[in-house]
Amino acid sequence: MALVYSGICSHAPGITGRPERADPVVRDAFLTAFRRMGDDIRATRPDALVVIAAEHFGNFFMNNMPSFAIGMADFYEGPIEDEAFLRIKSRRVPGNKALSRKLIEGVIQTVDVTYAEEWKLDHGIAVPLHFLTPDDDLPLIPANINCQGPPLAPLARAWAFGEALRRAADALPERIALVATGGISHWPATPDSGKINEAWDRDFLARWAANDRAAMLSYNDADVYRDAGQGGFEIRTLIAAAAAAKGSQGIIDFYAPIPIFAVGCTVAHMTLAA
Amino acid sequence: MSLYYVQKLLYQLNRDPGTQKRFAEDRGGLLGEYNLTQEERRALAEPDIGLLYVLGVNGQLLMHYAALHKIEWNAYLQAMRDGLAKHGPVREGVYAATGYEGIEAHDARLRARKEG
Repeated sequence: MALVYSGICSHAPGITGRPERADPVVRDAFLTAFRRMGDDIRATRPDALVVIAAEHFGNFFMNNMPSFAIGMADFYEGPIEDEAFLRIKSRRVPGNKALSRKLIEGVIQTVDVTYAEEWKLDHGIAVPLHFLTPDDDLPLIPANINCQGPPLAPLARAWAFGEALRRAADALPERIALVATGGISHWPATPDSGKINEAWDRDFLARWAANDRAAMLSYNDADVYRDAGQGGFEIRTLIAAAAAAKGSQGIIDFYAPIPIFAVGCTVAHMTLAA
Repeated sequence: MSLYYVQKLLYQLNRDPGTQKRFAEDRGGLLGEYNLTQEERRALAEPDIGLLYVLGVNGQLLMHYAALHKIEWNAYLQAMRDGLAKHGPVREGVYAATGYEGIEAHDARLRARKEG
């Protein structure tokens, strides 16, 4: 089995950008869970870390917007955000072009995935890496699902992307870890930043932990927008991670709303069959 | 209205140091290359974060643009609120304001729940 880890986490820029403004008890518990996720990933001895993100215009724009993309380079640059805002230094993060290519060749059998030999990281990937691989010692394979510029791929296609990643990873001799990152409900970068629908989040996480495909795919974008905000569109990445876990059940390692981080902060993983 | 071009310029500015340099050195020339209305050009050049928000700029582009201008987080949120008060509701896109008690009240509610 080449997929050795599948998990989900938050990526909100406030997590690194304004940590001193959060309730310290809740914040510290969250960051401990976040760092422990990095330890758990390293314990699986992965050759690369695929991060399925919902990028925020670091690379893709409405002139040419792919629904699904995977990076294919030996390094990636970023984050693009001003350092004073995100408090993460821009740098080169190592990739693995040859391994990316093999993964893409597998995924493309069933999903029309875009490949990208250049990729600029934004907070969507840079924040998770800050806690998961702070030493940049694990090659990154960035992946993206368009959650920003509607029309968006239907949730069933996000599921199919996760399945395709699993099939592609399982066909490789290398060991692949996968983390999907997205908000659950949130209204980021608006005057409502901080608003969180905790009940909706907990219901989604229960569906995710049960790996209940039908329940996860039963949402529609209009309802998500009403109940979970435009940030809720990012459930696509989380659904892809569930699909990649191929029926495994999940464990919610941490969930708590942290308003100044503008999201219900989440760390969770699937218990993959040995 | 040419929201697409407003956002395209922001996309290039937020991610490309070369475009940032041109914005600093030849703002008028750079803006002239995009199909913008007078109002949009002014909002971008100032920058008027509140008006850009009301015009419908995607929040992720706007947040990064505010960061580029070293606008502090609370000031960024306030600029959007001021924009709503001055120009009315968001005209396009999915980043409309929907109403929120505010972070302080929300934090207080969470604390009370924890202590109760």
